[in-house]
Amino acid sequence: MNVTSREPNTELLRRRAAELRGRVVLMSHQAKSAHLASSLSCCDVLAAAYWHVLRIDPSRPDDPRRDRFILSKGHAAMALYSTLAYRGFYSVDLLDTYTRDGGKLAEHPPANLLPGVEAATGSLGHGLPIGCGIALSARIKGEEPFRVYALLSDGECNEGSVWEAAMFAAAQKLEHLCVVVDYNKWQATARSNETLQLSPLRDKWEAFGWDAMEIDGHDVGLLARLMAEVPNGSGKPVAIIAHTVKGKGVSFMEDDNNWHYRAPTAEEVAAAHKELGLT
Amino acid sequence: MRNAFADELTRLGDADPRLVMLSGDIGNRLFDKFRAAHPGRFFNCGVAEANMTGLAAGLAMNGLRPFTYTITPFVTTRCLEQIRTDVCYHDVPVTVVAVGAGLAYAGLGPTHHACEDISFLRSLPNMKVICPGDAWEVRAALRAVVGQDKPVYIRMGKKGEPLVHAGPVADFEIGKAITISDGDAVCLLSTGNMLPEAVEAAKLLAGKGRSARVVSFHTVKPLDEACLAEAFAKFDLVVTLEEHSLIGGFGSAVAEYAVDHGHDTLKLLRVGTPDAFFKRSGEQEYAREELGLTGHQIAERVLTRLSR
Ligand SMILES: Cc1ncc(C[n+]2csc(CCOP(=O)(O)OP(=O)(O)O)c2C)c(N)n1
Repeated sequence: MNVTSREPNTELLRRRAAELRGRVVLMSHQAKSAHLASSLSCCDVLAAAYWHVLRIDPSRPDDPRRDRFILSKGHAAMALYSTLAYRGFYSVDLLDTYTRDGGKLAEHPPANLLPGVEAATGSLGHGLPIGCGIALSARIKGEEPFRVYALLSDGECNEGSVWEAAMFAAAQKLEHLCVVVDYNKWQATARSNETLQLSPLRDKWEAFGWDAMEIDGHDVGLLARLMAEVPNGSGKPVAIIAHTVKGKGVSFMEDDNNWHYRAPTAEEVAAAHKELGLT
Repeated sequence: MRNAFADELTRLGDADPRLVMLSGDIGNRLFDKFRAAHPGRFFNCGVAEANMTGLAAGLAMNGLRPFTYTITPFVTTRCLEQIRTDVCYHDVPVTVVAVGAGLAYAGLGPTHHACEDISFLRSLPNMKVICPGDAWEVRAALRAVVGQDKPVYIRMGKKGEPLVHAGPVADFEIGKAITISDGDAVCLLSTGNMLPEAVEAAKLLAGKGRSARVVSFHTVKPLDEACLAEAFAKFDLVVTLEEHSLIGGFGSAVAEYAVDHGHDTLKLLRVGTPDAFFKRSGEQEYAREELGLTGHQIAERVLTRLSR
């Protein structure tokens, strides 16, 4: 287990997030795969989690004491696959097999197939109930508590199961549980708040019994600090409402929901990599 | 199929003010025309399929004709209790429309596959299950649905499937299978998006001197029993084709029928997906090939059976 240092190395985390973004853009291009903007939206959360917060050892992905990270918004699989590869759970070469016939990397994270993937997601609204169960299991078994993180999208908060789990976690005071909501204000076909009213989202989580806070979801240092602080002494599960920009990091994709479905051309990949400082 | 669905529904919506379109936050731009023509009758219900389905039941209880629409597992299994209790138990005219039947979205992984939905839906009292074989059948099915007042499930493929019918299917009836081409060596009963594979298999069989009857068995419930009775009487080999589990789907329905009516069940060959999640990446063509669902694989199995 790597022990989390007190102060996050913000420079390093920023660099990692940029590398993830670069890879995700490339993967989307190679595979002509959707959900590019959804993946770009959460690279800072993944960088903070995997390079600062999580107590994990990639060589022992099944260590029972490990912290768990569940990508509940499973359609950002490209971001998770890249993160796990760059963090050493498997070879970076495996990323080239994304969506290929017979491969292990389908467009949503699989069950029991890839080291580091804690749960098969892709149907929205499943990650938090599973996360509650994993967190509760440690208590039932009397184990040294580990932390459980679930990354949700804002559209995902449409699902009733999210709020059922939220009430359960609060009632059980699952203080080792942390939700990060990637609040990019878009869902698949419309603006989030014009679809179902999420706003005021922080207040909702607070009203549901969580220690809820609202931050800039691209402030990777702050993300790292707040996520590392779980449990934070409030005695409650922690909800970080991360205000984000869908398509973050590539100017011509930012806040343009066409990139929920579109894949970039080779020229667009080159332009994106340039912007990300990767060339 | 999905573009045909959106287009036909828009036309029907022009004529029938009871039609209401509910979408589970998918189908970017697909419903632009419907929305433009009927802004008060289109609702993006968000990623909240249980609510969408209960809501549809409520609309139907007060005389409207709602259609719920999203990717197959989310519009069926995700809200199965609402379909069962709110829609079927109350016996109200909600039409559940699924896109991405079977392995149409193979590349998206098992969360987006749907090889169990026919099984669940056809066991629900009052529910009709329609699996159109091409875009023309989608249009015909929609027109037929609007002309009746019961719960219906329509299971569509995705977009861009080959067309089998040459044009509008004029004599489409719910519960009445359509013979696409006739033959005498084997009867291929296909449901849903397997129809082009059935046609391909028949072509290959013809090349081997075996003529096949191809039937688009677009309605899995109620079953066209007359068609089945004739098939079992006339043919030595009756094959069911579906992109769905062999447990509980179309083949199961035909097997139940054959057993219940004393037909020779040794005549029946069921082609479908196995009792396993298909976890590997790859698109529909790859998945079909791996699972033995392509036209040439079907033809080979039929030839093996016929030469026994
Ligand atoms: C239960 C369920 N319903 C529908 C979908 C189809 N779908 C995939 S992503 C998405 C919404 C995307 O918006 P959001 O959840 O806000 O995530 P973002 O991409 O904006 O980060 C939908 C409806 C799904 N994956 N799961």
